[in-house]
Amino acid sequence: MEKNQRQVRLMRQSLFDQGFLDEQFIQLEELQDDANPNFVEEIATSYYQDSSRSLQTIELALEKTPHDFNKLDGYMHQFKGSSSSIGAKKVKAECQQFREYCKAGNGEGCMRTFQALKREHATLKKRLEAYFQLARQAGPIETACRPK
Amino acid sequence: MESSFSSPRNDSFPAGLRVLVVDDDPTWLKILEKMLKKCSYEVTTCGLARDALNLLREKKDGYDIVVSDVNMPDMDGFKLLEHVGLEMDLPVIMMSVDGETSRVMKGVQHGACDYLLKPIRMKELRNIWQHVFRKKIHEIRDIESHESIEGIQLIRNGSDQYDEGYFFSAEDLTSLRKRKDVDNKYDDKDFSDCSSAKKARVVWSVDLHQKFVKAVHQIGFDKVGPKKILDLMNVPWLTRENVASHLQKYRLYLSRLQKENDIKSSFGGTKHSDYSSKDLQGILSVQNSINIQQNDVAHGSYRFSGNNLVAQNADPKSNEGDIKGIVSEPVAEPKKGTTGNIPDSQKTRSSQMDFNSSYAETQKGLVGNVPDSQKIRSSQMRVNHSFASVESEVNLTAFDSTIPATYSWNQIQLEKEHKPLIQLNNGFSKPPLPGPQHHFQADQLQSIPSISSRPSIPGEDVTGSSKSKPSYSEYTNHHGSHVSPTISATDSFPGQTKSCVVDHQLSETISTSTSNMKNQGINLSTDLESAQRNLILGSTSPFASLDDEFQICWYQGDCYGMNLELQNVEFSEYTDPIHVTEVPAHLYDALRFEYPCDPSEYSVLDQGLFIA
Repeated sequence: MEKNQRQVRLMRQSLFDQGFLDEQFIQLEELQDDANPNFVEEIATSYYQDSSRSLQTIELALEKTPHDFNKLDGYMHQFKGSSSSIGAKKVKAECQQFREYCKAGNGEGCMRTFQALKREHATLKKRLEAYFQLARQAGPIETACRPK
Repeated sequence: MESSFSSPRNDSFPAGLRVLVVDDDPTWLKILEKMLKKCSYEVTTCGLARDALNLLREKKDGYDIVVSDVNMPDMDGFKLLEHVGLEMDLPVIMMSVDGETSRVMKGVQHGACDYLLKPIRMKELRNIWQHVFRKKIHEIRDIESHESIEGIQLIRNGSDQYDEGYFFSAEDLTSLRKRKDVDNKYDDKDFSDCSSAKKARVVWSVDLHQKFVKAVHQIGFDKVGPKKILDLMNVPWLTRENVASHLQKYRLYLSRLQKENDIKSSFGGTKHSDYSSKDLQGILSVQNSINIQQNDVAHGSYRFSGNNLVAQNADPKSNEGDIKGIVSEPVAEPKKGTTGNIPDSQKTRSSQMDFNSSYAETQKGLVGNVPDSQKIRSSQMRVNHSFASVESEVNLTAFDSTIPATYSWNQIQLEKEHKPLIQLNNGFSKPPLPGPQHHFQADQLQSIPSISSRPSIPGEDVTGSSKSKPSYSEYTNHHGSHVSPTISATDSFPGQTKSCVVDHQLSETISTSTSNMKNQGINLSTDLESAQRNLILGSTSPFASLDDEFQICWYQGDCYGMNLELQNVEFSEYTDPIHVTEVPAHLYDALRFEYPCDPSEYSVLDQGLFIA
């Protein structure tokens, strides 16, 4: 148990240190309470459900040429907003990059960035899933601590 | 329903604050709900703007504050914001992941109390109650000051106004003052006293608003006052205070509409596919006739030949067009430019002119002179009013494609035909807008008779325009970023601009008193510029919807004048498309001020808002 707790703590810390998550995640943790003991995980689940759909929409839009940059920018704007809900830092950075390319009308750049975005999105998902699983096993103790 | 601050919740205020959250992102909706619940607020969530409006309408007085996202699929957040502000008079907080100055600016312009950036922190939500409270205080104060202004106006208008019905009774004023004093000391008890003294919030239904507008038109903008409106409306349970505060909002709305129209035009009317070139022609001609008159108020110049406008085809389908068309028209009658007294409805254009005239006459008097500013608003309103008389039927139905046009501002009778005029702005490619716009302003100054119509002519007569410039600076000043100096021709319009400013200030104060510009940390001077640029350049895709267009409209006294540098440029410089695009917003603002068509625009827009 102790070992698990330490592991959870380390896992969590690394998510922040490695730039996967930002302050928003901590906000979510602080919202977790007795009324919603698994709040953070619920939010993450909701995010992944919603965002996967969004990614599909964007992917389809990207396949249509010539690219409708306004539309793509709009989608990405929304996706960025959504990603900000759980504090998905790296994902947000890719969103921003994508929007820059949209503004510049750079279809190539958009497509490249989109691939990077999908990767980050998937990586974070895996990391979070592992984290939540371990956290559930270890008990709720380690969760709302601010990383130094 | 009584104000939410009455009884049970008093002790624990702001606990129990009833918040309606609107956001199409389900994840954020969950987070916000949780955050607000943690603040001990009563939360209702909504995924669609339309649902939110329905909820608000069904449960009048059921909510204290609305928190809404800017980007929503079914309805633009700004539009929702306007609806809520006008119909329910609730404070609205906007949210977005986009913190671009232009967007924030737009939010503020539409009356948002605050603009939060996502990701949102708990502490930001914790303090939203202040907006509710502040609004209550200001409403009471505004009514009070409004009534005193009215009193002054009455006196000014002459003894014929002094019949019992219109007199401010001594006790009215006293009670208002008392209320205000109580208000000033904040404590729960006082707060609830104030609230209850204020009476239950009135929900302005479409019918009610229609009665209101009708009354306004009947009275005439220059003479309009809550008491008169109230008497004409003949709604027993309505109080003068209710009407007063609604009147204020209405005026603001009108000015906002005008601004949007202006802006839209500046964009070159990408959306205006409706307008054929001939429309533009019509518009141009109308404009020509309009402007030229110099005016010191002479509305004669306006002669918009309403006929011309009517001929244009106001394409009903585009909402924008409708609105636009409105402005130009009907002014069949030559308006007398005389200062601001355009006594009758015919002065549709006069209202515009009135504006000018009042300015001309009052010159500096207007500055800081509340009554005048009220008048200014009146003139604006008058214009709308006159439109009604002109008999253009404005079909507001087309007004908003998304909103069923149930509300018909028949009073305003904005005809599609009128569109052309307003459209004018839209129809022109970017460059032209500034030109014609300025011309209109010149009305007052008489400067530019020749300027008239040239929608696409950026380089138009600059003379007139230079005059208008000052207005821009004024406008910007209004926002605190003093744009000033670039506009050199300020001297000619000093009175005007000042009045404009004052007006704006007033309206701004009144309408946005709750908006914490500072909270938003907007650096007006720089922000406005960029915002403006953004607006002009369509970064926010203003033409996306009618709403957008209106939003862009020229805000009187808005900071559009921020880009002074641009403004400094003589109109001739506007020929340069780059300049033109950058400037238009400014110009429009200035132009708006004197733009005769505005009133009609207002009316159209106004009506549009209620169509929902």
